Formats: sequence, structure tokens, C-alpha cells
Amino acid sequence: MSVATQAPGAQLPGDDKAQRSNWLVDLFVEYRSIGVLLVLVIVVVLTSIDNYRFVSVTSLQQLVSGAAIIALLGIGETLVMVTGNYDLTVGSVLGLSAYAVGDIFQHNQHFPIPLVFLIALGIGLACGIVNGAVVTMARVPSVVVTLGMLYVIRGIDAVWAGGNEVGAASLPGRFVEIGYGTIADVPYLALIAVVAVGIAALAVRTYRTPREFYATGSNPVAAELAGVPVRKRVFTAFVISGAIAGVAGALWLSYFATVDSTAGSGYEFLTLAAIVVGGVSVFGGSGSIIGAALGVLLVNTMDSALVVVKVSSSWDEAFQGALLLAAIVFNRFVTVRRTRELRTRNMSHVK
Amino acid sequence: MSSDVQTATGGTSQPDMPLDPGGGGLRARLGPLMRWESGLVVLLLATVLMGSQLSSMFLESGNFFYIGINVGEFAIMALPLMLIVVTGEIDLSVTSQLELSGVVMGYLFAHGWPIAAAMVVAVCLGAVTGAFNGFLVTRLGLPSMIVTIGTLTLYEGIAQVILPNTAVGGFPAGLTKIGLVPIPHTEIPYSIGFFIIFAVITAVVLHKTPLGRSIYAIGTNREAAFFSGVHVKRIKMGLFITSGILSAFCGVLWSLRFASARYDMATGLELNVVVIVFFAGTAFSGGKGSVIGVVLAAAIFAGVQNALTLDLVPAQNQNIVIGSLLIASVLIPSVADVYRRTGQRLQDLARRRL
Amino acid sequence: MTDGDTHPDDPTGSYQGAAPQREGGQSVGDVQTVAADGASASGLGSQEPVLVLEHASKSFGALRALQDVSLSLYAGEVQGLVGENGAGKSTLVKILAGAYRFESGHLFLDGEEKVFETTAQSRAAGIAIIFQEPLLFPDLSVAENIFMCRQPLRSGRRVDVRRMRREALALFESLGVTLSPDRLAEGLSIADQQLVEIVKAVAADARVMVMDEPTAALTATEVERLFKIVNMLRDKGTAVLFISHRMDEVFALCQRITVLRDGRLIVTKPMAEMDEASVIQAMVGRDLGTLFPERTASTGDVVLKVEHLTSLGAFTDISFEVRSGEIVALAGLAGAGRSEVVRSIFGIDRRDAGRVEVNGRELPSGVPSAAMEAGIGFVPEDRRQQGVLMNLSIERNIALPSLSQVAAHHLVPRGSEKRFAADWVSRLRLKYGRMNHPVATLSGGNQQKVVLAKWLARHPSLLIVDEPTHGIDIGTKAEVHRLLAELAAQGVAILMISSEMPEVLGMADRIVVLFEGRISGVFSREEVDQEVLMRAASGLANRAAS
Repeated sequence: MSVATQAPGAQLPGDDKAQRSNWLVDLFVEYRSIGVLLVLVIVVVLTSIDNYRFVSVTSLQQLVSGAAIIALLGIGETLVMVTGNYDLTVGSVLGLSAYAVGDIFQHNQHFPIPLVFLIALGIGLACGIVNGAVVTMARVPSVVVTLGMLYVIRGIDAVWAGGNEVGAASLPGRFVEIGYGTIADVPYLALIAVVAVGIAALAVRTYRTPREFYATGSNPVAAELAGVPVRKRVFTAFVISGAIAGVAGALWLSYFATVDSTAGSGYEFLTLAAIVVGGVSVFGGSGSIIGAALGVLLVNTMDSALVVVKVSSSWDEAFQGALLLAAIVFNRFVTVRRTRELRTRNMSHVK
Repeated sequence: MSSDVQTATGGTSQPDMPLDPGGGGLRARLGPLMRWESGLVVLLLATVLMGSQLSSMFLESGNFFYIGINVGEFAIMALPLMLIVVTGEIDLSVTSQLELSGVVMGYLFAHGWPIAAAMVVAVCLGAVTGAFNGFLVTRLGLPSMIVTIGTLTLYEGIAQVILPNTAVGGFPAGLTKIGLVPIPHTEIPYSIGFFIIFAVITAVVLHKTPLGRSIYAIGTNREAAFFSGVHVKRIKMGLFITSGILSAFCGVLWSLRFASARYDMATGLELNVVVIVFFAGTAFSGGKGSVIGVVLAAAIFAGVQNALTLDLVPAQNQNIVIGSLLIASVLIPSVADVYRRTGQRLQDLARRRL
Repeated sequence: MTDGDTHPDDPTGSYQGAAPQREGGQSVGDVQTVAADGASASGLGSQEPVLVLEHASKSFGALRALQDVSLSLYAGEVQGLVGENGAGKSTLVKILAGAYRFESGHLFLDGEEKVFETTAQSRAAGIAIIFQEPLLFPDLSVAENIFMCRQPLRSGRRVDVRRMRREALALFESLGVTLSPDRLAEGLSIADQQLVEIVKAVAADARVMVMDEPTAALTATEVERLFKIVNMLRDKGTAVLFISHRMDEVFALCQRITVLRDGRLIVTKPMAEMDEASVIQAMVGRDLGTLFPERTASTGDVVLKVEHLTSLGAFTDISFEVRSGEIVALAGLAGAGRSEVVRSIFGIDRRDAGRVEVNGRELPSGVPSAAMEAGIGFVPEDRRQQGVLMNLSIERNIALPSLSQVAAHHLVPRGSEKRFAADWVSRLRLKYGRMNHPVATLSGGNQQKVVLAKWLARHPSLLIVDEPTHGIDIGTKAEVHRLLAELAAQGVAILMISSEMPEVLGMADRIVVLFEGRISGVFSREEVDQEVLMRAASGLANRAAS
């Protein structure tokens, strides 16, 4: 892939498209995402052959709405994973935030909706800040730290909720509408997710700071040397992840229209599995937001497909675990092969 | 200059610098750990004190049984997990292996197998699940953190497939009594009895055998250990298998103790084991860890949990405490480190000014 | 400011005379550079030096790595920095990089005094270090690697990917190289990685470039390419400090040369005024003959037989023998593949082809414990990471490979490690506090003794030592040499890797020279001298048949 030398400053072929093509190139060169899309299509086709109701409007709407929330979590989790860390608190933050919103509405159904979202965001921010602070201070991997935080947050959630359950009746109509409303048959939630993913993917490609996230995960020593403020970046990643989880909690409530202290449990593992399937490296340093979102879509679709094909839901967890492991092993194979290929491509250039 | 890569980050690491050991003899080597364990002893006393304040029942003679029985399995699983963490890996799937084995035992028993055979199969299954973990980590070179998150889900999932929404009960009363009565003539629950045995074995192995020396060596410097002929991969694999076997054993104990086996009987409780390990002062790949630490940490954990329960603190609130303990136990060494380094930095700066 | 007032033939190796008095705060520009450092002779004297290091000293406990070293670097010059291992070159580099702070001395960049707390600061100030092992981001593209943290922006603080690509290409073009800015840094050859590092430095407007043994892992063609680039950099006004072991390269590339020995500056002179012999004299500074123990080789049976050993990409078709009582040296330039060969023999790395036989028995590939069982001991090059376990006690380090002997019934009795280690500790005259102190508390020389002790305790029939006296003080060096000679006299076969010519010539009975992964010559001690060795190591044919 070496480029012939030309006079500097001349328009090089591919230059015009360089900016735009980067977007496409990422998608293509990472045949990964294409593969995910392909599998997705296959799963949908196969399932709908078995049960055509799978591709009915309502069914698809449910599918993408559920996936939308996880996709949002996936954005934050990807940013954290890219720096070489894991955030196991996203599920519990979502749950805490969801209950907080429900509690507010239960006491005052006329509470302004925008404000409630702000509060949800705030809760997420607070959790993210604590996560980020502890992870950057402790010498222990983020897995252990966020595992502890997972229980602390869930505990706080449980204390707050007690045995209380907030039902649809307590929620203002306009709030719940966010959850089930559609435009041209496309659910609001899906639109929100698409927009969020799009903005995130664009931002990552466009600005300097996200690149430093990747640098941190790819080679932390080199990153420090290059002047990347590693700790700050890791901190920021956790804050973003928390903030998103907070907002996602409010959206979760608008969709399910009911919440107790168990909301969101297990979401962290689901999100992790999904983004790894989507190509995010467990070692850090690589993985795209769009890829992660596709992974989320695929995993959710598979889940729904299993239900439709009448596989009992008790297989869900086993399936998820197997999927995560398979994705990790597959990722590893791809990386090892790619490295070997890049090395040999090299040798042919030594003149 | 490969070793220089580490120093390129501006740290003050120096080659061949004779450090000041800060005191003579035994203390020099055991210094940091001794400090931690003494701290644990103090904490244990504090726990006992607090417990007795919170509830008059805390110090009752029968209470020791309840304190012990609630921590027994976690304490047992903490032993191999501590060894794994010493070598720089982690196993988050312990409670799922517990569930899977318990479920398998229950399933076989419910299908007419003699209980003894069912128990044996369950424990052997632990070796298999442990070996799978070990294979992914040592042969495929995958990071144990995310791998065991995967197997955590997978194993519990398989347990759920085997026993979707029922629990198996009806175990022989002669065995389920381990949940109700202590070892005859003592106040000690059976699980604690087993813990004591395993703890002694682990202590002997870790502190007195070549294998234990090798484990510490791997944790101290994996490469140099390999260069000294230590079988790094083999040892790690062995540790994962051991963790699997002991987790499975705990699955058997747990099911018998509660007289029922369910796929989710220990969901979310891996935190408890992890807390005990890190509270014991185990440093993640620093070659630091001790059985005494695990014993003390388990005792403190049990005491705290018991005191909270007696004080009628609901389980969820207890989780907050436990989660906070974990975070505190990993923060404290780092804070101490930062404190020490800041002091050194200030000294350096002062010296330059002169 | 004076450098190198000393005559290269000065056997005492005394260093520069006193610097002229200066008040604090006076900038460097006020001081006249004396001709002795060769700056004016090289046509540089009229400018101000870009980088000035004054009276820098750095010690690690008892080891004085740098003593009162002063150095100046001008824009548009390539200055060579040479010295034996342990002379202080790497310490100097680390100080320039901002990784170490010196205890006394000053650093001036363009006349302004700088103090670096972190490596990032040094880099930001315009000093770029090209390490032997480049630090890149494998998951990111070459262009991203080059411009990390200083990506060109367009409106709204958005990264201008197009410009980044163009500028990367332009940079490559200006240095005459072909590399795709879009490819991932992963899998790049060392030479190309180095290139990216250089381009990185240029993109960051580095005023000073320090190249630390850049040619160590390069093929001849790649070295040529590197030289062209260095010359281009020089023409652009960059100040280059070129550190190398290879005399011919230093002479081909540099205008001035600075020699360090034992932490002191010996001489800084223009290349025109020095020749290879005088440089080597300055580096070694002592009469070679008296350094090494007298030995009479009385060799026995073949202990190690290596046949057609090959590891793709590292070395090819290596065959040689080592007999008991013999010291065979593997000589060659850094990067020739010597360490890889011995690692393969010991089993740290797997081999792709060939046979290794010890005392007649073939060794399996990639199993260190099998090599140990067969009676091989291995003292690796990297003492800190591979040789010892720093945080482990002295006695435990020494006993580690021998635990099965030490243990009785699978248990390690109390005090047994100490007893086991004690014998060797006294025999090697190890200087330590207490045996249960961590090895990190020892000096480098004593740490090396620990490594030796742990292998000697196994009574090996073959001892492999990779750079046995690297980074060790003179006194301990001599002790180690004496020890190796004693061992040989007792019948141990010794395979030694050394980059120090005098050591090779002084210790070895036979010398196997490697060049770019192949044997380029096998000599016995009588028929060889430095020149012959250097030629073989550089891949040049020797007149005398080997």
C-alpha cells in the first residue's frame, strides 16, 4: 500500500476522498463490521423464514427499541474499553437513574421532563466521576474497582427503592410516549440511538481527544511519552460512560414504564459481550463506535430470534457467555493473523 | 534497552541502585505485609467491638456458628483465588462454577444417582471448568479478567439450562445437617472446618514448598521466573484447575447446607470472594499475598456481615458496605504510595534548591 | 567551557580541566568555547550550541554513572557518542530525555536553562530520543502515530485528516522514503518503526535528535537509508547525537566525536583529528594485557554441540561446539543475533530448525527446564528483568532454580535456602546487608554475582553468559573474569556473549563471530586481533583464512 512519491503539495489521488473515505475505510477495512452486518442479515432472514412475524413492524420496533438502550451504553463502554479499561457499573447506574426518575414522578407527576433528564444525567455523571477517580488512583485494574462500585451503586439503588415499584400509572403520559412513540414507524428510541451513535462516531473521528483514548489503550507508555495526559483521559472516559448510563436509565424507564430496584441488572455483561462481538478489542486501543453499535444490534437480534424460534429463555445467559468468549477468541485470531500479514507485507518492501 | 521502556515515562526508577531496606532482618522482607496484617488484626478487634455494640447477640456463644457458616464457602474459594491473583491473573467465575456444580449434583441426585457419586461428578466438573479457564488464559493468551467474565456468564447459563426454574432438594438429612449443626463438640460449622484444613494446606504449600516459591516468583517477575526454569504456564493452569475444584466443592457444600440447589443460588456473590482476597492485602501481580491475610480478611468480612444482619440491616445495604470495603482496600495501598512518593518528590525538590 | 583537554594517549584517562568561572545566572552565550572541543575546527564555533550539558553528575547509590560530564551540541552537526558498556552513555541519554534528573549540573537549550520533570517535557522542549526499541501505537495508523497530540486542525478544532496525510507524505518525501501513512503501525519492521519515530521528531520540530544505537537491528541497506536521512536532518539544521558501537559508522557519519569512559568525559574532538585506534584507546584507556587472568586452555570433551540452528528472522544455520574447560565467545555487533542464538539453545525461544546437544543428549525446543536438567546455566543480558527477581531476597533468588534439591520431602525446611546460598555467597565474595534482603538493595555487580551464584549452585557443565560484565564497576568486572577463568579451569564449558572487544580477546579460547544472523568467522585466540574481529563482525572478509 505504499504511495508513489510526488511533488509535495500536489493533490494526491485519494486526497479528496481521504476525509470522507476514512469513514468508509474504517468500515470496510475492518471487514469486521461488514461481517457483523452479514450475520445480522442472515439471522433476520433465517428467523423470519421460521416465523414471518419476526419481521413484522411491531416486532422490529420492539427489537430496535431494546437494542437502542444497550447501544447507548455501548458508546460509553467502547470509549472506556478503548483506553484499556472496563466499566462494570453501567447496568447499576442505569438502574439507579431509572429508579430515581421513577421516584420523582411518583411524587410529582408534573415534574418537568427536561429537568428529569438533567437529573438522570447528573446521577450518571456523579457515578462516572467517582469511578474515574478511583480507577485513576488505584493500582488495581478497573475491573475490580468497577466490580466494587457495581455493588455499592446497586446497594444504594436497593436502599432507595426498598421494595417499591413505580408503575406506569405514576408516569406522565408524555414521558412514556418517548418510549413507545414512533415517527414513520421508526421508534423515537431508535432514532435517538442512531443520532447518538452517529454523533459519537463522528466526534471520535474528528477531534483530537478521542484519538488520545486510543493511544492510551494501544501503548500507555508511548502515550505518556507523547504527552498524552493518560489519567485525565481515562477519567474522562469513565465520566462519559457514567453520564450516558444515567441518561439511558431515564430512557429505559420511558420504554418499560415500570421500575424497581432490579432495573438494569446484567446489562454490563450484555454490553461488554455486544461491543466485543462488534470488534472492540479487549486489550484496548482499537474498535469503532459504529462497530460496537452493530454488535449490539446483532446480539439483541439474536436474543429476540431465539425467543421467536421458541428457544427457552433459560438458554439466554449461556448463549451470552458463549458469545462473549467466542468473540474474544475470534478477535484474537483476527489480530494475530493481521499482525502476521502486516509483517510479511513489510518484508517485500525492503529494497 | 528494552528495560528502559519502563523508565521512559519519567519515573524515578534507577538501575542497580542499592535501596535502603529500612531496618534489618525479617522486617525488611515482610515489612509491608506485616503492616497490612497488623492493620487487619486491629480491624478485626474493631469489628468485634462494633458488633458487640450493635447487638447484644453478637458475642453470644451460638453466634460464632452463624458468623462462620455464612462465610465458609467464600473463604474456601478465596484461597486459590488469592494464589491466582498473586500470579497476576484473576478468576471471576468462581461463584458460577459453584452454582454449576451444585446444580449438576442436584440434577444427578434427582435422577436417581447415589449422592456420593453425584458429589464426585460435581467436583470433577469443577476441574473441567477450571481447566477451560486455564486453557483460555495460558494457551490462548487471553486476559483472564474478561475471559472469566465470559465464563462467569457461561457457567451460570449452563446451570440455568440444566435447572431452569426449579430447585432440587431432598438431599439426605445426614448431609444437610451441615447447615444446621456444627462439628460435634465444637461451635465450628463444617464449612469452616474444611476451610481450616484447606487454609493449612495452602499455607504450607505457599510458604514451605518449591511450588509456593515458584508462585511468588511468578508474581514478582514472570519473565525472570521463566528464565529460572519455573513452569509458568503449567502452574497457572494448575491454579485455575484448583480454583475450579474448590469452587465445585463449595457448590456441593452450599447445596447441602441450604438443602437445595438452584442455578442462581450464588448470583452476584463473586464480589464477596474478591473482597476477601483484596482485603487480605493481596497485591495484583506484586507477588504479595498470604494465607493469614485471607483468614483475617474472611473473619472481618464475616464479622461485619453478621453484625449488620443482627442489626437488621437488609442485604442490599450490606452490599454497599462490602463494595466500599473492596474499594477502600484497593485504594489504601495506592494512597499510601502516592503519599510516600510525594514525600520523596518534595525531598528531591528541596535538595535541588540548595 | 572546555571539553577534553586531555591527550588521547593519556593513560590515566584524566578528564577535562576546570571550567572557567561563571556567576550564576549568566547565560551560556557569554562564555567562549575553547578550540579544544573541536567545535570551531568543525566550522561550528561561530554559532551558539543548541544543547549544552554542563558538569552533569548522576549516581545510583555507590555507582557513579556520570561524573562531571559536559557536552555541547550544535545545530547542523552529527556528534558521535561512544564508550564501552557502562561508560554512562545510556544514563546521559536518559538525562536528556528527562527520565532522570542529575544531582548536579545544568542543561541549556538555546541558551536557556531547562529542568525536565517528565519525559514529555523534554520532548516538548524539542529534544527527541530515538530509542533502540521504538514506542509506537500499533493499533493506529502511521500518520496518527506521527501527529499524536499535535494533529493539524482545521476550522472548529477538527482534525484535518487530509492535511495530516499530506504532511506525513511530504515528510517522507523530504527524507526520501516510501511509507504509507495509512497503514497501521503494527507489524512495521524495526527500521520502518525507527523511521516513523524520526519523522515524528521532525514533525515536532525537534532541535535535538538523540539516536541510541539506531543501527543495532538494521540490515546494511537500511543502515544506508538511515545515514542518508541523518545527513538530510543535519543539512536542515538539526543537532544529532549519534550513539553507536560501530566504529565505521561513527567515522562515516559524524563530524565530532565524544568518548565516555566510566562515567567521565574523556575527549571531544573533530573526527578529522581522531582515528579508530585513538578512539578505541580513549574508550578503553588501559593496557589491555593486564586486565584479564592468565589462562591455559586444557579442553576436554564436547559439552555443547549446536548444528544448523535456525530461527527465522533472527539467525540461520549456526553450528559450533564448546568443549569442557573452554571459553567460547560469541562476538558480533549488536543485532547480529547472538542473544537470540543462546536463548534458543537454553530453550527460552523455540527454534525453527537445527539440533542442540548437551553431553550427547538432544534438547527439546523451547523447554528451559530441560536445558537446566541437562546441566546448562543461563545468565541473561537483561539482569533486572530476566536475571534476578528484584523484590525477592538474595537467598531465595539463589535457591530458586535448585528448589527440588533444597527441599526434603517436597518441603523447604526453614533456613535451608539460606544455608544453600551461603556457600556461594561467600565464594563469590558477595557484598550484601543480610541474605534475606531483596536483591534490589545490591549494586549491579553484586546482583550479577547473585545470578551467577544461582546457576553455579547447580554445578552446570555449560554456563552461558550474555554480557557478563555489562554495567558493572571495574572491580567486580575483574572478579567476574577471574571466576569465569576458574570455572573453565575446573572443566566447565563457557559460552560467552560480549560486545566488549577487550573482553572477547582477553577471555576467549575461541571466538565465533556473527554477522546479520550468520557465522562470519571462527577464530582461535592466537590468530585474531581487534581488527580481524571488527572486520568479521562487520561482514567484511578477512585476508587470513579462518
